[in-house]
Amino acid sequence: MDRLPEVTSSLVGGFEYNCVIFFCTLVMAIPLGLVITFGSMSGFKPLKWLSKTFVWIIRGTPLMLQLFVVLYAPGLLFDIPIKSRMTAVLIAFVINYAAYFSEIYRGGIESISKGQYEAGQVLGLTKTQVFFKVVLFQVIKRVVPAMGNEIITLVKDTSLARIIGVTEIIMCAERFTKQGLIWPLFSTGLFFLAFCGILTLLFGYIEKKLDYYKG
Amino acid sequence: MSILEVKNIHKSFGRTEVLRGVDFTMERGEVLVILGSSGSGKTTLLRCLNFLETADKGRIFVDGRLIFDADNKQKPTRAEIRERQLNFGLVFQSFNLFPQYSALENVMLAPKLLAKERADFKRSKTAIYDEIEKNAAALLEDVGLKDKMNNYPCELSGGQQQRVSIARAMAQDPKILFFDEPTSALDPELTGEVLKIIRSLAAERKTMVIVTHEIEFARNVADKIVFMSEGVIVEQGAPEEVIDDPKHERTRAFLNKLSM
Repeated sequence: MDRLPEVTSSLVGGFEYNCVIFFCTLVMAIPLGLVITFGSMSGFKPLKWLSKTFVWIIRGTPLMLQLFVVLYAPGLLFDIPIKSRMTAVLIAFVINYAAYFSEIYRGGIESISKGQYEAGQVLGLTKTQVFFKVVLFQVIKRVVPAMGNEIITLVKDTSLARIIGVTEIIMCAERFTKQGLIWPLFSTGLFFLAFCGILTLLFGYIEKKLDYYKG
Repeated sequence: MSILEVKNIHKSFGRTEVLRGVDFTMERGEVLVILGSSGSGKTTLLRCLNFLETADKGRIFVDGRLIFDADNKQKPTRAEIRERQLNFGLVFQSFNLFPQYSALENVMLAPKLLAKERADFKRSKTAIYDEIEKNAAALLEDVGLKDKMNNYPCELSGGQQQRVSIARAMAQDPKILFFDEPTSALDPELTGEVLKIIRSLAAERKTMVIVTHEIEFARNVADKIVFMSEGVIVEQGAPEEVIDDPKHERTRAFLNKLSM
């Protein structure tokens, strides 16, 4: 235990990477997911087909494999190697999570009754106004629980970055394991627990805020 | 000049011909009630008139102006779609209120969005919004919901929700207000309050087209009754003619079934 300060600072340093991956993925995957949703729901068949195939491939293969592909494929196929491992991690995570988010959004959008669109239309609203002023908020309320679930999964998935050599928290802890010190590895769980605990409270709060109406 | 002229409306879904040439006209201030068994095409007709479905054939005139022509294959612009839509208001069987907005916000939403297109919007935004709110509050008071303005739809009874949706449709000041079985989704003890509102609109000479199964209501609110069967109008006339002295076999069969 005399190495506590050293271990703590190393783990905190590693967890910073986890946090960066987490926040960057969220900020980019949330809007990108919506773009994919519009693709999957498009009346234009080739676009719909393309989006659906994309989602199938991303959801049908392990994120760990996708990390390797993003890291190595550009160099092997086009001779333009990815310079930073962190960039590769972010690209893989954003693509992966956007695909999952897009399916959650699609479910939310399709659950809104046709009557809502029709009511907007007969009141003279444009399609854009119907989406942003009538439908979107109802979709948000409906997808919050599923998004909360997915976002909590993301927190823990960030540790996969280690597989292509980004020094996130578990990789940092393993350095101590190699020196015969096992407790730092186990204590990384506390970081994840604390982070997920905060997110759980946050999502509970959001759900409660949106609970002012039913339907 | 007739306020509404509907000519030869046809509509099919796949191979099923739902409307097979519907013609009628109505005058300003008139109340037209459409009767007919389910599957006769009443709701489809209403949906075609409100552009929720596009008729395969036929034309629609409002105040003598052609606003829809199925033969005109040119796609209408967004402004044209909105303009023709604003001639009509529609009250749905299932209300379709926006659940995230209060009663007042439901009534104000469309007028507020429309106001953004006014040339003087930026200059007098507050005044315009105040005006819209005053108007919306007055409409809700007219339907007897003065003290429910800030309630959300989930906090209102079916009858109250339907009254909000009438106020919402009125807020855009449509030339003609359509009702698609406005009381069919309501418990029997709640239909009265909705019918009362429609009756008071009729007393104010609001032009209305009502699809309903409430024969007694139809008799005392309608100026003209249209009976539809299998996608065509088989009989039309004053209520006492169509309800009390039906000429057509199918009208008689329908009314008999209802009175049984």
